[in-house]
Amino acid sequence: MKRADDFQERRKHIANLSDEELYKRFWELTEQVVNPLLEYGRKNTTPSVERAVLLRMGISSLETQKIVEGCMDRGLMGHGAGHVVYKLSKEKNISIPEAGTMLAEGKGWDEVAALFTKKEDK
Amino acid sequence: MADMILKHNEKLDVREILKDLDKYEPKRRGWVWRKPAPNLEMGPFVYKDASEPLKNSVGLPPAKFFGNIDPQPLPVITTEIASGRFEDDIRRMRMAAWHGADHIMVIRHMGQSHIDGLMEGTPQGIGGVPITRKQVRAQRKALDLIEEEVGRPINYHSYVSGVAGPDVAVMFAEEGINGAHQDPQYNVLYRDINMVRSFVDACESKKVMAWAGILQIDGAHNANATAREAWKVMPELIVQHAINSLFSEKVGIKPENISLSTVPPTATPAPCVYLDLPYAIALRDFCDRYKMRAQQNTKYICSSVREATVTHVLNMLISKLTRADIQSTITPDEGRNVPWHIYNIEACDTAKQTLIGLDGLMDFVELKKDGPLKDHVRDLKERAVLFMEEIIEVGGYFNAVEEGFFVDSAKYPERNGDGIARKSAGGVGYGFIFEREEDYMAPVTAHFGYNNVEQYGGDPENPSALIGGCTFEDRSKIVYIDELDEDTVDARLAKVKKYLDGDAIKPEVEWCGDGVVLMTMMIPTEKRMAEAAALDIGARLGLEDCEVTSKEVLQEAEGTRIEMKGRVPFDVDPTTLEIPPEPHHLSDAILFKELEEHPMRVVCGTVGEDEHSVGLREIINIKHGGIEKWGVEVHYLGTSVPVEKLVDAAIELNANAILASTIISHDNVHYKNMKRINELAIEKGIRDDVIICAGGTQVVPEEALKTGIDQGFGRDSHGIDVATFLVEEARRRRGEPPIEEDAE
Repeated sequence: MKRADDFQERRKHIANLSDEELYKRFWELTEQVVNPLLEYGRKNTTPSVERAVLLRMGISSLETQKIVEGCMDRGLMGHGAGHVVYKLSKEKNISIPEAGTMLAEGKGWDEVAALFTKKEDK
Repeated sequence: MADMILKHNEKLDVREILKDLDKYEPKRRGWVWRKPAPNLEMGPFVYKDASEPLKNSVGLPPAKFFGNIDPQPLPVITTEIASGRFEDDIRRMRMAAWHGADHIMVIRHMGQSHIDGLMEGTPQGIGGVPITRKQVRAQRKALDLIEEEVGRPINYHSYVSGVAGPDVAVMFAEEGINGAHQDPQYNVLYRDINMVRSFVDACESKKVMAWAGILQIDGAHNANATAREAWKVMPELIVQHAINSLFSEKVGIKPENISLSTVPPTATPAPCVYLDLPYAIALRDFCDRYKMRAQQNTKYICSSVREATVTHVLNMLISKLTRADIQSTITPDEGRNVPWHIYNIEACDTAKQTLIGLDGLMDFVELKKDGPLKDHVRDLKERAVLFMEEIIEVGGYFNAVEEGFFVDSAKYPERNGDGIARKSAGGVGYGFIFEREEDYMAPVTAHFGYNNVEQYGGDPENPSALIGGCTFEDRSKIVYIDELDEDTVDARLAKVKKYLDGDAIKPEVEWCGDGVVLMTMMIPTEKRMAEAAALDIGARLGLEDCEVTSKEVLQEAEGTRIEMKGRVPFDVDPTTLEIPPEPHHLSDAILFKELEEHPMRVVCGTVGEDEHSVGLREIINIKHGGIEKWGVEVHYLGTSVPVEKLVDAAIELNANAILASTIISHDNVHYKNMKRINELAIEKGIRDDVIICAGGTQVVPEEALKTGIDQGFGRDSHGIDVATFLVEEARRRRGEPPIEEDAE
């Protein structure tokens, strides 16, 4: 967009604000800008968010991307990749890292996908 | 942890740092500010704005005149170190810490922001260092030792950005990283990473950083570096800073851990302080809750180190007149993209020198509360408010980015239509955003957003309890990866073993054994010929890979100042070096005793047509530790003393010694004068009765001796050197043996 300088026109409604009022207005506006951005973060997840979850669960960085890709391939991201690993470890009574390694090696996916499907069928 | 301790006079051996890294735990988490030391007394001075002094440091060059004091300013001082080889950077970090840096920022390897996931191992980087767990742990470990040595905590810093921001944030939290850049706007505008993805990722990254107490620095200053006319983006800069800061605060970072990376937008020959000061005030007024990291202007930096240094100093004047909690020191060679050891150190010294030089300034001056300064500040604030209003008008941040609101080169609200526009449905990582379902769950600490741990009986306040604690509670769960490919630190260190072991010496600008030297020369021709001539000189000196790094015209036809780098192709063998012994001094006690038992009378003066007296006064005056101190009777004849007069006075006063000061060295007049004094003393028959010494900044002792006098004293000579010589020479003439003192 190209636009000539219309500052004098544009500023009319704030020209008479005190410095304190201007400060307050600035931060109220900023809040309106950032609030929706935070909502995106609350409601969504991404491969990197899920990898970061898996790392904190004690899974090797060499395995996190493979697990996340497996989740994406099977439509499981919305449950959380950490959740997928957690569920498999409970189901098979193995540790979190063991479950992570299984999934990273391409094993146990049908089983774990079924666990989530079952729940959704209910 | 190994009980490794650094010795101030021994090199830090990176090979020792690398031992047992898999077991190393960082000493602490979180950012550390300097401790203020109001009204600090050091030497003869009182400092108003200083921080607690260091245990070990290298002071500024003139510190020797002030009892070697090294006062430290209040702001944390940043240095950016990343040569591509982290192992060599560790030694540079130590040098920087000794010069006052306590915020070490490691620039990332080019392209790392587009890598999905953590990098591991220790490959060499381009334009920075591949940030990996092993590299980070090694550097943090080294800094844990270095901070003990200098006596002040050192903050270690890198980047939480790109498509693996949250992964990196987790690794930083685990490894005790203290500061990080995090600003989703940077990803969006400059890395073309999908904007929705950037903000979703940023929520997680910031939440992790908040948990670890990591100080956040934003990326708004890049708008300044990118816009065509940088001084016009000031309203936008305020907007960008505010968006990231409030966003971060709402995710959970404490305001005192949110720092704005703010740059004075312009540089000379623009009237930069006039333009930059109102902006600095407007920004600090609006963002008063947050910290200020004053970055140096890099937009207009060229290859002149002098010019960059002045920009740095002018920028710090702004810091001082307003507020800076962290003062950056872009290496003044940024214009050449060669981050060299010496420039890191110089920039740290420039910051220390300037900030200490301006100590207490605000006790004396105050910025005007009305007039043009106030008007300019208000103008910028209003423009920033209007910018923010229009973002909301068009439907929010994402729409504003799509419409190219940001980095437009016109001063808002004028628009040139050249802003950076990005699509919500585009960019790197687009299509990888997934809505969380009702049963979404992540059993870890510091996770942002919806997290249904209740379905398993978990506690929303402590989600990781479901798995018995995550890596943030239990370090033993961290998976440490050593190396993945052939390019490893061990392989690189093996290649330079002889230098590390001290068996060979090579100059170094950034990497051990790189052999690079820098030459400065004035070539009396026009610019292009000067460059060619310099390269020819370099080649004939035997330097390899010569490259001119800076050219400055002195006068179009008369001459060009050239700086050239080149590589030394040989090693120096330290066993073949002849190192002259350190000058030895007799102790106070012996000097007092000797001069009491054998009193000495000395005539002295500055000879020739020379009005300098400072040097000689330093040598004789009791106040400056001169020879009077030990009881030598001094007859000072003044400046511009004819040599004949000096010799005649020696005869008249029956002096034991003549001290001649010679500053002017044009046409070797200083040595001619020495020769003349010696000849006159012989002619007049007193040569055996007087000791003749001469000194001056241009005097080389060996050359002085050739004139027939007894001793010459060059630059950095002191009263103690002269007194020691006079006493020893007098003993020799009396036929007494040299004094043996126990070495300390």
